[in-house]
Amino acid sequence: MSENKIIKTDAPAPPGFSGEGFFATKLDSLIGMARSYSLWPLPFATSCCGIEFMAMMMPTYDLARFGAERMSFSPRQADCLLVCGTISKKLGPVLKEIYTQMAEPKWVIAVGACASSGGIFDTYSVLQGIDKIIPVDVYVPGCPPRPEQILEGFMQVQALSQSESLRRRDTPEYQNLLESYGID
Amino acid sequence: MTNEFVLEAIQREFSDSVISHSEPYGFLTLEIKKEDIKKIIHYLKDSSLEINFLTDICGIHFPENKEKEVGVIYHLHNMMTNFRIRLKTFMPIENTEVDTITDLFAGANWMERETYDFFGINFKGHPDLRIILNDPDLGYHPMLKEYRLEDGTRTDKDDKMFGR
Repeated sequence: MSENKIIKTDAPAPPGFSGEGFFATKLDSLIGMARSYSLWPLPFATSCCGIEFMAMMMPTYDLARFGAERMSFSPRQADCLLVCGTISKKLGPVLKEIYTQMAEPKWVIAVGACASSGGIFDTYSVLQGIDKIIPVDVYVPGCPPRPEQILEGFMQVQALSQSESLRRRDTPEYQNLLESYGID
Repeated sequence: MTNEFVLEAIQREFSDSVISHSEPYGFLTLEIKKEDIKKIIHYLKDSSLEINFLTDICGIHFPENKEKEVGVIYHLHNMMTNFRIRLKTFMPIENTEVDTITDLFAGANWMERETYDFFGINFKGHPDLRIILNDPDLGYHPMLKEYRLEDGTRTDKDDKMFGR
């Protein structure tokens, strides 16, 4: 991740050329914008961060404002994997399988201390952060984080999807990253 | 049914098997010879004592008790009279093997698998002694005290902050 870029929900149109009755911009920017406001999250909630995640979806915090109304419970139709909670070592291969089943483009948010680093569970049975097995785009700190924090993490993913190349999967950096995790 | 009554019944039937007995917080606790543990549980279950509910089986590791490092603890319960008893048996860590009681209590199956998983205790005669809770590739029995509790792959705890 490059710089800490926060986007607004009333963000202006991407940079382009406008005149009377028309607006021209790059296809990249247009599709990036469209993607960022129609991300389908895949919740992978294993513990208390999952409760905060549920609060984030509910009307008070309302993730639907960001175009993520529909939770996808199939990895095939999901863009953004939200790992909310402790992942034990036994569960690690399951999580990795779900990540590999997701279609590109895909982003991963590690919600909370456990998903980010193992949290308080510094023990033989707990995976010390999901970035040991899958690449992570955004880390949300907190034990558990407030729903606002998870929203901010989600907005970071929106910023990523707006700024990244559409063909991210073809870049050598991305290929190398996946290869380092043994995912092809 | 009182502690004295059950203790006397067990000592009458198995005078050589009971190594010691105590009543911490009023809970009758017997240390039994490893070879006789199954015989006594069978007796408690099928005799008129009717202590026929197996509450739990668990393991324990005391590295400082030489030749008695590893133990198995059985909790039994008579539901009619609400009488509980705890049986302990210890063995050297080099040879941790004890008879299975799966033929007495079907519920002992998973309990013994868990005890095997965490302490490496082999239950002789168990129909399917596999790891049950941990990652099957873990490769060791993590509750034995020779292994550290912390995960060695953790990178955010260093000497400066956490005394590592």
